[in-house]
Amino acid sequence: MKLLEDILILDFSQFLSGPSASLRLADLGARVIKIERPVTGDICRSLYVSDVKVNGESTIFHAINRNKESYQADIKNLHDLNEIKKLIVLADVLIHNFRPGVMERIGLSYDNVKALNPNLVYASINGYGDEGGWKDKPGQDLLLQAVSGLTFLSGNKEDNPTPMGVAVTDILAGTHLVQGILTAIFNRFTNGKGALVEVSMLESLLDFQFEVLTCFYNDGHTLPLRSAVSNGHPYIGAPYGIYKTAEGYLALAMVDIPSLGRLLGCDALVFYTNPSDWFDKRDEIKVILQDHLNLKSALEWLAILEPEDIWCAEVFDYDMLMKQDGYKVLDMEQDVSIGNQFLKTTRCPIRVDGQILKSAKGAPSLGEHTIAIQKEFDL
Amino acid sequence: MQLPLEGVTILEFSQYLSGPIAGLRLADLGARVIKIERPVKGDSCRQLAIKNFWLDESSLIFHTINRNKESVAADLKNPEDMAFVKKLIMKADVILHNFRPGVMENVALDYASVKKINPGIVYTEISGYGKKGPWKNKPGQDLLTQSISGLTNSSGNKNDYPIPFGLAIGDYLCGNQAVQAILAALIRRHKTGQGALLELSLLESLLDFQFEFFTTYFQTNQQPKRSEFNNGHSLLSAPYGIYKTLDSYIAVAMMPLEKLNKVLQNKELEKYNESETFKKRDEIKSVLAKCFLTEDTNTWLQKMHEHDLWVMPVLNWEELMRTSTYQRLNMEQEFIVGNKKIKTTRCPIRINRQYFLSTNPAPKLGEHTEKLKKEVENKKTT
Repeated sequence: MKLLEDILILDFSQFLSGPSASLRLADLGARVIKIERPVTGDICRSLYVSDVKVNGESTIFHAINRNKESYQADIKNLHDLNEIKKLIVLADVLIHNFRPGVMERIGLSYDNVKALNPNLVYASINGYGDEGGWKDKPGQDLLLQAVSGLTFLSGNKEDNPTPMGVAVTDILAGTHLVQGILTAIFNRFTNGKGALVEVSMLESLLDFQFEVLTCFYNDGHTLPLRSAVSNGHPYIGAPYGIYKTAEGYLALAMVDIPSLGRLLGCDALVFYTNPSDWFDKRDEIKVILQDHLNLKSALEWLAILEPEDIWCAEVFDYDMLMKQDGYKVLDMEQDVSIGNQFLKTTRCPIRVDGQILKSAKGAPSLGEHTIAIQKEFDL
Repeated sequence: MQLPLEGVTILEFSQYLSGPIAGLRLADLGARVIKIERPVKGDSCRQLAIKNFWLDESSLIFHTINRNKESVAADLKNPEDMAFVKKLIMKADVILHNFRPGVMENVALDYASVKKINPGIVYTEISGYGKKGPWKNKPGQDLLTQSISGLTNSSGNKNDYPIPFGLAIGDYLCGNQAVQAILAALIRRHKTGQGALLELSLLESLLDFQFEFFTTYFQTNQQPKRSEFNNGHSLLSAPYGIYKTLDSYIAVAMMPLEKLNKVLQNKELEKYNESETFKKRDEIKSVLAKCFLTEDTNTWLQKMHEHDLWVMPVLNWEELMRTSTYQRLNMEQEFIVGNKKIKTTRCPIRINRQYFLSTNPAPKLGEHTEKLKKEVENKKTT
């Protein structure tokens, strides 16, 4: 039996945060029905990236919404809304990521819905919480990164504030939402009741920064300083970071500096014997290290460092990664079907009972399952 | 308030961040989390300080990650200690470990062995690179897995070095996904009585994190390219990114160029139309970069928000903490170590409009060994 078999999820959410949560739940075995408005559906269907389309829709829509069904309904239309309410009575979970107030206006607030189905887990993601000056601002990934302080952690000292180049806010909020939903479903076994689960993107990013924020709260509010070269983490000393070599790049994590100096044949490093200098003088150390690492290729350096169990790695781009046996052995790719086409994407990262979780079901076209669902549930 | 995971017991054979962060979340949601640590040194994170910040014999960072847990000191190579640990296992619901492959096998605490003494156990393993293949014995360290996963080509600008995320994203994601898997397995166990083996790795978590990028790459065979200036997301077109203004910085998300230029009124920008925003994004961004330099951030925000454009200021933590939004989130909580009050963040999830707060600090190494020995012998403790 799949972990989440027999759990029915109605997903009203769009873009990435909510849909990434329901994707995970689907891969773990839940049945996910996207509730989409007519004509446009989930706006992500038309959010093209890199000018790449599949079946006239954006590739990322297909990546995020595979393994789901689509039910088309105009929730402003009373007839459609009544059908939705019938589905809500049968569902275990409802997910939405509208701005505060939207679900209330269409009569699907938690209190309304609870009256229809007291066992329902009602899960929402918003941008900035439902109080405070920004509650109506768009909960968009880059904007959340910008206000959360996150952009002062990556890149080097003199760089502009540097956002993380993946939609980390959306994905973390979706991840936390799944945790909240599953906690509430588990708790339902004990108390027999549904629950309201809320996550905001800002809280998710604050949690992501919990270690460094805790340091900041307690060290007299000293703001983080990125290192001048090869910054890997503003709170960690040399050599932590990525370096250019004669050929390719080399990543070095926590390593004892004099030992590193001896192994690399870099005499200037041998004298940094005081571990507190590795943080206090990290820019100076990193400059020496960078100059020295230019002498050989990344592979040559790895051949010296890896046998000594030094924490180091080569730095790959996608083309290089695909060629590695260490990548191939993960069996990370899967093909999903879309009409009579196939789309290659990645699979769920969790293995259960020794099995990887794959599903060949591609993302649905808008309203693809409306009629089947109407029949199945006698709507 | 009764917490949702009350009654669930987790044995955490984990160190540093990936495993312990999962334990922390489960603890905040109400589970009882018992760290099983080796005598003398314990979790290596006790000795890992950032900015040389120590609270007692353990670092601030250890206390941050391990609050709200108990600690048992046990030498897994000592038969007496092992007998005690096995009694704990019989009473536990979940085991969570993040040793390199082979370590738990060597002390006969691998899934097959543990299942014999507790068939319903949810056994969770976190590794660096999976349990097979040439990388299985490499150190599962965050920066290294970022470098291998291709992630370092997503942040920063085109001509920069590969730029890692300046936080332990691999550990963080993998630990959080472990929580998802554990909860899903507990749900199934409640219905069927069946235990589970759950396996995760930092590398797979980071590959999943980039799923939009990989899916696009698989279709085009083109590696994602960071933009030359103000890169925000390599798959997105201009103007997406962070720009310098007269006095600070502004974050600019997706918006139609025409709508943007209603505010900017820039002659050069008029030359470009919407279909060119990806192909010519570097050109467009360099025009924008010049333009944003001419006014201060507040002026831009005011003008652009009037047109409902997706922009926000770029804030550091000090500035963020002064906003009403931050203050209304009640994100902070305190615990006490010795006689020192330590402020930290709370669990980011709310259920039934309640926060999950806890004032319990991290345990001292072996602080609960005696108490738990009595407990497994079914003796009442006070």
